[in-house]
Amino acid sequence: MPEWFTRFPQALSLDIKKPIDDAIEYMVQNWGGFFDGVSDTLRALLLWVRTAVNIIPWWALIATVFVLTLKTSGRLSRALLYAGLLLFVGIIGLWEMMYATLTIIVTSVILSLLLGFPLGVLISFSDRASRLVRPVLDTMQTMPSFVYLIPAVMLLGLGNVPAVIATIIYAMPPIVRMTSHGIRQVDREVVEAAQSFGSTRFQLLTKVLIPQAMPTIMAGVNQTIMMAISMVVTCSMIGATGLGSEVLKGINRLESGRGFAAGTAIVIVAIIIDRLTQGFAKGGVEHAE
Amino acid sequence: MQNNPNTNPAPERDIILKVEHLTKMFGRRKSQAKEMQAKGRSRDDILKETGVTIAVDDVSFEAERGKTFSLIGLSGSGKSTVVRCLNFLWQPTEGSIFFNGENIADYSPQQLMEYRRKHISMVFQSFGLLSHRDVLDNVAYGLEIRGIDKKKRTDAAMRMIEMVNLKGWENKNVGELSGGMRQRVGIARALANDPDILLMDEPFSALDPLVRRDMQFEMLSIQEKLNKTIIFITHDINEAFKLGDQVAIMRDGRIVQTDTPENMTQNPADDYVRDFIDSADKAQIYYVKHFMQRPACLIRQQEGVALALKQMRSNDLSSAYVVDNRMKFIGVITLDNAFRVRAGELSFDDAIVRDVPATTRDTQIADLIPLASQARFPIVVLDEKGRLEGIISKAAILTSLQ
Repeated sequence: MPEWFTRFPQALSLDIKKPIDDAIEYMVQNWGGFFDGVSDTLRALLLWVRTAVNIIPWWALIATVFVLTLKTSGRLSRALLYAGLLLFVGIIGLWEMMYATLTIIVTSVILSLLLGFPLGVLISFSDRASRLVRPVLDTMQTMPSFVYLIPAVMLLGLGNVPAVIATIIYAMPPIVRMTSHGIRQVDREVVEAAQSFGSTRFQLLTKVLIPQAMPTIMAGVNQTIMMAISMVVTCSMIGATGLGSEVLKGINRLESGRGFAAGTAIVIVAIIIDRLTQGFAKGGVEHAE
Repeated sequence: MQNNPNTNPAPERDIILKVEHLTKMFGRRKSQAKEMQAKGRSRDDILKETGVTIAVDDVSFEAERGKTFSLIGLSGSGKSTVVRCLNFLWQPTEGSIFFNGENIADYSPQQLMEYRRKHISMVFQSFGLLSHRDVLDNVAYGLEIRGIDKKKRTDAAMRMIEMVNLKGWENKNVGELSGGMRQRVGIARALANDPDILLMDEPFSALDPLVRRDMQFEMLSIQEKLNKTIIFITHDINEAFKLGDQVAIMRDGRIVQTDTPENMTQNPADDYVRDFIDSADKAQIYYVKHFMQRPACLIRQQEGVALALKQMRSNDLSSAYVVDNRMKFIGVITLDNAFRVRAGELSFDDAIVRDVPATTRDTQIADLIPLASQARFPIVVLDEKGRLEGIISKAAILTSLQ
């Protein structure tokens, strides 16, 4: 039996590691200006979001969560529970950390939606664009994030800026997919009706397709937020501040208590945001049906 | 089109929409399909070999202004495709469509938009309503996208909502409405633009039979008021005959026969048409009680002419029914006569028309036709003691016929 039959033949070999290294090296050396620009823009945006988040006093945030939960779920017990959980985060001394984490999440989510929503609309209209974009989205979602953390650091430096980029890469696919899915799902006769009355394409989009797809789009928003939250700890490895870095410190110093405390805070933040955005999405569904 | 020797070419027909040799194919290899078709190959062969579906095959017809043209066929016969070509939701593969003599295919995108916005609108089988809007905003949609200001379009929409008897429901979400009511919204929305042509693609097929009958009746009364040109698609021969001035039967993408319902019944072009007509459910027998209505304008004799006038005005009617204290029917007073009474030219007693055709609730509708054809007023329905139970309009009698 020939050897190539049982073992992968050594003749078939291609080194793709070196070209990728070279490409990144090239980008670091020659496209520095561009990445500095990206970095500065993101830093400015982060600063702006941080200022906006920090304006909210602790009691106002708790009160807001209480009121919104009450409005979306209509249950006092749940509203009290969420307000209590949030208060607990402050009590265990992680309020400031939570705000730092929220800053990164809010920035990433805003950018994901700004980029992802129009892209979703685009690929809902064009099959060709859809065929092109879908594999990219699959890659973005399945590629282990550590892989692009390293080049992100090389190009953008340590800190919150590469964290935002990494989070966007991971969190953007759901909003793109769900926007496209929602729009494609709109009842054919509804679309025909809108066209038969002489709607322009823009009117069709804004008055019919997007409103009809809104429940699905909101589900996409919810997923994007959840995935952004799930990147918190990973991003702390490249210097993102907040609850994630507390978990990382806990791991590094073998301080289980510190890790669990920060982890619990992340869970609380995730649950509250998830239920609130789901509440809004459901409100949309009920309205639509 | 059809080869019926009995149709006389009427000299002065006002044709608003003319369809000539319309063909619509779906699929990629259309040119190959056309070649095969020219060689006389069958639809099934062409589909098998090229993957092209010939949905509509050389269809021609003319729709007269203010008349209803019914297009009937089984599912898959291409009737829905034809109607979608008329407003260019689907572009014809071959053939032309002329609206008031203008070929729609020559329209610029701008002109096509204007055509859709002002001249032709459509009612859909599963309604096609916007579930995120309330009734009023659905009805106003066509006006909204034309940029008509809110006050004007709300007024226009409200008028249409009243016409389809949905007043009071205008702020309800369409999800809260029954099927029949949803289609009323669909009709009101289509009419709000005041189009010349109304396309109706199996509008009542999704409704249960009782509601369907109501809607057909209502459609006739709306048509009486507005006189639109209607292209009515259906698979129900009763419905096609009931509503259509002209009926065309489609089979496998082609029109088999175009004619008036009467001519078609008398001279079916072939066995297919004959079978179709025979499938009409003739066993259904209707009685007066199924169709009678409460008179909108009812006054007692001693109430006098002032009230009669007021009631007629508020109900927008030109006659009122006069009864005595025990509901015993006396006669009808017309608007003209009421005015003359007020002017002192006539006494109230003399003004009442007493010679009004009457019937009972258990009479068969079919027996009323001779009466209905002569009657000036709706026929009154009286019980054995001569008390007024209701009225039955000529339109109701005629629509109940197969």
